[in-house]
Amino acid sequence: MNWKTWLIHHGRQLGTLAGLLALGLALTLSSPYFLTVSNLLTVLEQVSINAIVAVGMTVVIITAGIDLSVGSILALSGVVMATVLQQQLPVPIALLVGLGVGVACGMVNGLLITLGRLPPFIATLGMMSVARGGALLFTEGRPVSGFSDGFRALAGSQVWVIPMPTVIMLGVYVLAHFLLTRTRFGLYAYAMGGNEQATHLSGINVRLNKTLVYGLSGLTSAIAAVILTARLNSAQPTAGMTYELDAIAATVIGGASLMGGQGTLVGTLIGALLMGVLRNGLNLLEVSSFLQQVIIGGVIIVAVLVDMALKTDKK
Amino acid sequence: MEPPPLLRMRGIGKSYPGVRALDAVDFDLEAGEVHVLLGENGAGKSTLMKVLSGACRPDAGTIAIEGVTRPIGTPQQARMLGISTIYQEFNLIPHLSVSANIVLGREPLLGGFLLDRRAMRRQAETVLRDLGVSIDPRALVSTLGVAEQQMVEVAKALSLDARILIMDEPTSALTGTEIRTLFDLVRRLRQRGVGIVYISHRMEEIYEIGDRVTVLRDGRWVATRRLTEVSTRDLIRYMADRELQEHFPRAQVEPGPPVLEVRNLSTRTKLRGISFQLRQGEILGVAGLLGSGRTEMAQALFGVAPRESGEILVDGQARRIRSPRAAIRAGIGFLPEDRRLLGLVLPLSIKRNVSLPNTDRVYPRGLLHRGQERQLADACVTGLRVKTPHTDQATGNLSGGNQQKVVLGKWLARAPRILIFDEPTRGIDVGAKEEIYRLMNRLTQQGVGILMISSELPEVLGMSDRILVMREGRISGEFNRDQATPALVLQAALGTKA
Repeated sequence: MNWKTWLIHHGRQLGTLAGLLALGLALTLSSPYFLTVSNLLTVLEQVSINAIVAVGMTVVIITAGIDLSVGSILALSGVVMATVLQQQLPVPIALLVGLGVGVACGMVNGLLITLGRLPPFIATLGMMSVARGGALLFTEGRPVSGFSDGFRALAGSQVWVIPMPTVIMLGVYVLAHFLLTRTRFGLYAYAMGGNEQATHLSGINVRLNKTLVYGLSGLTSAIAAVILTARLNSAQPTAGMTYELDAIAATVIGGASLMGGQGTLVGTLIGALLMGVLRNGLNLLEVSSFLQQVIIGGVIIVAVLVDMALKTDKK
Repeated sequence: MEPPPLLRMRGIGKSYPGVRALDAVDFDLEAGEVHVLLGENGAGKSTLMKVLSGACRPDAGTIAIEGVTRPIGTPQQARMLGISTIYQEFNLIPHLSVSANIVLGREPLLGGFLLDRRAMRRQAETVLRDLGVSIDPRALVSTLGVAEQQMVEVAKALSLDARILIMDEPTSALTGTEIRTLFDLVRRLRQRGVGIVYISHRMEEIYEIGDRVTVLRDGRWVATRRLTEVSTRDLIRYMADRELQEHFPRAQVEPGPPVLEVRNLSTRTKLRGISFQLRQGEILGVAGLLGSGRTEMAQALFGVAPRESGEILVDGQARRIRSPRAAIRAGIGFLPEDRRLLGLVLPLSIKRNVSLPNTDRVYPRGLLHRGQERQLADACVTGLRVKTPHTDQATGNLSGGNQQKVVLGKWLARAPRILIFDEPTRGIDVGAKEEIYRLMNRLTQQGVGILMISSELPEVLGMSDRILVMREGRISGEFNRDQATPALVLQAALGTKA
């Protein structure tokens, strides 16, 4: 691949990156606190949860699906893991149980979509309510709090100066990027989203692979639950409300198409950073939280409008 | 002086890139006449009717209604002029009532915005009664049978004061008694002075219901005759006679032992007891009209359409083919008719598309092997001479011929025993066509057996070693290359005796 085709393939991400840098420049000029090591590290830590949830969302959206249940799965796997932790069981076992709950919920989504032939919107809308209700039932509506230092280190410690959540986030991105670009599973994800029938006719087990895609989305929600629980030293059954919207926003700003077949994790990471930097900057500039919502919504819309205008230009 | 005809089309021409769909076609329709339009698949019947109904704009020619020249640019204009089409697939809304469907777009209103349900029902009842059909206007369209839905379509057309009614293969989905009801209806319409353009391939029907017939061939007008004065044999000659202009470079290949044997293949929907053999190095052409079951047969062989009964043997061994996966494992590759919809994942690159059925090689242990990926993609691009700057090009940006080559490349990497081509050269320009034919030659020289489904009679005759003809889900004829003539194949496809 020469540099020209590289540019065509990555033009969309470069555009978002340019937007992110422009935003950073504007904030640097308007606030003395923005471009400081500690502030930037704070932004990186703050975006890590949304960014991790957005990994699963990106893969789902690449297959032309949607997952509305990520926030509820996050809450359910968080409270289950927290309860196991309080039984004085070793941390790795609690982590495995928590991640297992996430994967299981995601796989149920996948089975409803593949075997049950439900539209992804409906299947995950149902799971959104079922998992949320499950988390509330499981905890009788109360948060589960107080964990060992070892567990809390998953959010509170640093590697050199980098906060642990950021390290975990980067690890998840590297692994998932590898999964999407270098494995058979990744190829199938793009192929299913681009043209499911042609993929089936190429001899690929679409049902299995699609189910796995939703399982992956459940997994990343559960990883985010680990960080959130460790950071708050508490698992809330009401955690993760509206996280699905942030994850979809990061994915779409990052260039994925809701029609499927397109999207990259590099783009999604930039999208999540863009949203995080924007929130941070608006806080630094003391913009009211009400106005912040309006601005963030506007940014999402503008990002997609620009994207569509560029795409129609090419044709 | 004689009054001008209801409809007069003169010198109608229409070209698509690489195809001359209509070339100076004339067509007249009198009031109270059933005028049959006859021709092979792709002869230009549908395009001519699309021009008349405003669905496509002609490049040349004029249309006059009762002697007045009218430009028809849009379906709305056509409808205003009283031209209505009854398509093979109905344009009714299944979850609305019969009356709502009939008045859709012209709903009677109370006070400017409330639907006047009673008036809707009255209007529907009136037009249904005029037609002499008893359908409850309150019934949901989805609860009606095919024939009744067709009646509703006709009623809708008449409620628009249609004077010219185009019926495209109206009997293809009907049973015997339903056909009788339809014909009664057509006769009543004729008495009311409606002019009907009737497209059908069924010879018996044509003679029963038609007054005149116009035959098209390769987008040109061939003949217009009174049906009382023309024999079936003449009609077939009009449809089939042509000089073979294109060059078909079929190479001589000595066929080997059978590579594919199909015994008594039936599906629930269409196929009835299909049996044939395909030998190594042979091109077996499959001809037949649209809807004769050719594509269903390909799908059944490739594990897409569920099989009801029958056996499939590859190299003498019975194979259970229940999914494309199993078919691929048995050594079968499928190049579907609609490449963009079924053959390729358009947003993905050539490289990726070629990898799809070959992930066992490109992704050993699930991980990408870039060398293998490049090698397969390069083999496809250089071996098949795909015109592209690089293998990272999205397949959606390629021309039809190059897309077809990439679909072929997907399968060639698997060294298939059998390739099924469904309309191998549809939408492909002339130069690339010949390249595809040469590739087919090369494959047969390597011992691959090719099943070639095609609506292009010259292609079937020019490239096949043997020809199967299908009609209504069965094999209605089989010819060797040297016996086959256009007329024989067409007769078998139409189910008539000469």
